[in-house]
Amino acid sequence: MGEYLLRAIDIHKYFAGVRALDGVTLEIKPGEIHCLAGENGCGKSTLIKIISGVYQRDSGTIEFDGQAMNRITPIDAIMKGIQVIYQDFSIFPNLTVMENLAINSQLAANKKLVNWKNMRKIAEEAVAKIDFKVDLDAVLGTLSVAEKQMVAICRALMFNARLIIMDEPTTSLTKKEVQALFKIILQLKAQGIAILFVSHKLDEVFEISERFTVFRSGKLIKTGNTADLDDKKFSYYMTGREFDVKTFSPSRTTEEPLLEVKNLTLDNSFENISFSVKGGEILGITGLLDSGRTELALSLFGMEPATGGEIFIHGKPVKITSPQVAIENKIGFVPEDRLSEGLFLPQSIGDNIIISEIDRLTNGILMDKSRCKEEIDRWVKEMAIATPDPGNAASTLSGGNQQRIVLAKWLACNPDVLILNGPTVGVDIGSKHDIHAILQELADKGMAIIIISDDLPEVMENCSRVLILKHGRTAGELSTQDITESMILDRMM
Amino acid sequence: MENKQAGAGSKIKNIYKSDRHMWRLIIIMILWFVFMAVTKFSKFYTVVNFQTMFAQFPEFGLMSLGVMVCMITGGIDLSTVGVANMTGISMALLMQWASGESQELSPIWILIVFVLAILIGMVTGAINGILVSKVHIPPILATLGTGQLFTGLGLVMTNGSAISGFPSTYAFSINNRVAGIPVQFLIFVVVAIVMAFLLSKTTYGKKLMLIGTNENVAKFSGLKVDHILIKTYTLSGICSALGGMIMLANYNSARSDYGSNYTLQCILIVVLGGVSPNGGKGKISGVLLAIFLVRALETGINRFPQISSYYISLIWGAVLIFVMVLNYFTENNVKLFSKKKA
Repeated sequence: MGEYLLRAIDIHKYFAGVRALDGVTLEIKPGEIHCLAGENGCGKSTLIKIISGVYQRDSGTIEFDGQAMNRITPIDAIMKGIQVIYQDFSIFPNLTVMENLAINSQLAANKKLVNWKNMRKIAEEAVAKIDFKVDLDAVLGTLSVAEKQMVAICRALMFNARLIIMDEPTTSLTKKEVQALFKIILQLKAQGIAILFVSHKLDEVFEISERFTVFRSGKLIKTGNTADLDDKKFSYYMTGREFDVKTFSPSRTTEEPLLEVKNLTLDNSFENISFSVKGGEILGITGLLDSGRTELALSLFGMEPATGGEIFIHGKPVKITSPQVAIENKIGFVPEDRLSEGLFLPQSIGDNIIISEIDRLTNGILMDKSRCKEEIDRWVKEMAIATPDPGNAASTLSGGNQQRIVLAKWLACNPDVLILNGPTVGVDIGSKHDIHAILQELADKGMAIIIISDDLPEVMENCSRVLILKHGRTAGELSTQDITESMILDRMM
Repeated sequence: MENKQAGAGSKIKNIYKSDRHMWRLIIIMILWFVFMAVTKFSKFYTVVNFQTMFAQFPEFGLMSLGVMVCMITGGIDLSTVGVANMTGISMALLMQWASGESQELSPIWILIVFVLAILIGMVTGAINGILVSKVHIPPILATLGTGQLFTGLGLVMTNGSAISGFPSTYAFSINNRVAGIPVQFLIFVVVAIVMAFLLSKTTYGKKLMLIGTNENVAKFSGLKVDHILIKTYTLSGICSALGGMIMLANYNSARSDYGSNYTLQCILIVVLGGVSPNGGKGKISGVLLAIFLVRALETGINRFPQISSYYISLIWGAVLIFVMVLNYFTENNVKLFSKKKA
């Protein structure tokens, strides 16, 4: 066996004349954990698809196990032991765990009748390989994201995998689940299987990988040992920009809180939560997935009205029973999931921006087209949304630009209080810094901002105070000026 | 020279691509009119024939406009024909009662029945809207149920037979022409203009489109989704009721099973007009064109005595499937006749 298990050298790939990969090289040693990083659209996914035979390269060479591979088909890749676990896991949600695991071998054997006993045996062997405890008869759709991922990993292992490629495997996992996944990855490594771990999350790259490769705009920027890497260098390789990280401290705050919450309760989600935010402040709210942080956000915005407690806005008690009431009270809300809650993807960028303030852009009954256009142009410019035409669909933009649209939608409503649930989930590092800068600027102009996030560096960097939730109750309120991440973690867990 | 031609070619292609549904309809329409000109010119191209067409299509044209707004929200209205017939029957009974033995009806009654018809449409539509938005019944089931309910009400009111003994004043005034233009068509034009206005000039139209795209995002954007859905189904109810009033005039009678194939025909028209059954997409111009095209097709087919009218249902079913398959290919950019890229 040579030094490298996989060598993809000087790979070029064009799509309809657009250069997706410009002579990139990726080398993976046997049994190593290698991290491939880069912002959205940098060519990571394209390279994976070339290695797994989904796309064909335009030029360059690929060697696997010392053998040159000329034309790779998906079947070739699987036969050689290359397995890809995609973000959506490519599993059948309506079948049971057992069926999902055994279906490939059943298909491969070209059997017309199902041998249930045999299937169970195959499935049992598969889960045993990583000590994965699961009910084989459970329907897959009922499992958690993490469990689905485990099923996908088990399935990958059934084919004598030598290299497992994981495409952003931690995107929708909780902290605990990520740790469980990392344990499995280390187990696989111990069995001599190489892992290509695709991610753009700094902390994960540092924690799990031995070597890394960074792409930017289809080019190889840097490859090396993770030990030689630090935060600053990594951000620079990813974006080509240098960032100064400084913790936000409010420049001036209002005397009275703009939003105050006393003993707020939502049955079966959270109880007795109290806090207040002044204008000019950024409050962080953090906690694990089951801490009630998302439900708290939904209650403040009236999507799931609180069942007990009081909310004061400008000192006056209000009952927020629907999003309309929240908007009337000048509360804006950037939801957690951009795709299913934040954006009308196939509709134009412009419509997405003005929809929440649309009732103000009328003269009597008619829509005022020129004022609509003014508003759209203003926000596209102010938020620096990178588009040639605001009439284009929102789906044409990258995650970072899409998040700017959602932000613009709410800023257009001129809120006093802006609540953001996971403001930079799935956003590339460059845009993430830009969004943080925008939020800090808004606070400096007097807005009260609440950031709900489980991204602790984000909370530490942007919030002046942080409220920690655990099992639906307050587990502490700290000032970020004089604490460390681990102090927050202690209270979260 | 060659370059220039290629440029012009791609320009035409771009115009076509900018609104495929529209252009496809226009092309089909032209082809059909040419075909009719070649085969049955003298029978098809007469003033009377066109006047008849323009008097006939408003009845299902109005219903199609109703189905259109519902489909833009991602829903559907299958109760249109039920609402139309129930409205027609109750208004026929009312006019029978009002005229008494004399068989005379003062013209003011025509205004009264239209206002009442609109009210019936509003109530039935609002019921649909409430079932869909507040009770969360899938639109296809909610409106199938209410459609059956309204048809049944009509049956009970008539004992299944046709109501025809009401004063001819009504049919006479609606089945009339103003300067050669059928009154039915004028009613249709008024409704179509109101619809076009609502869809393109008001915030309601924009909200409708966005709710159809993604109801959940609409809620998170602070739109009153339930309110707008109820409004939409109410609008559809009004369209259906007016369609029923035109049917009443055209047949000069009312019966619970009139126009039973209009349900399918309305859906065909709306889909043909470029409204996506998944919601969030559609223009009234396409639907108007489709309404006229369907009428022209049917009238044209009727000019061929060798094709029995029993074939009409079969043809509409086939066309609906064909259009949806075609939409699938254009929307997913699948090229049917070009070689696969290596």
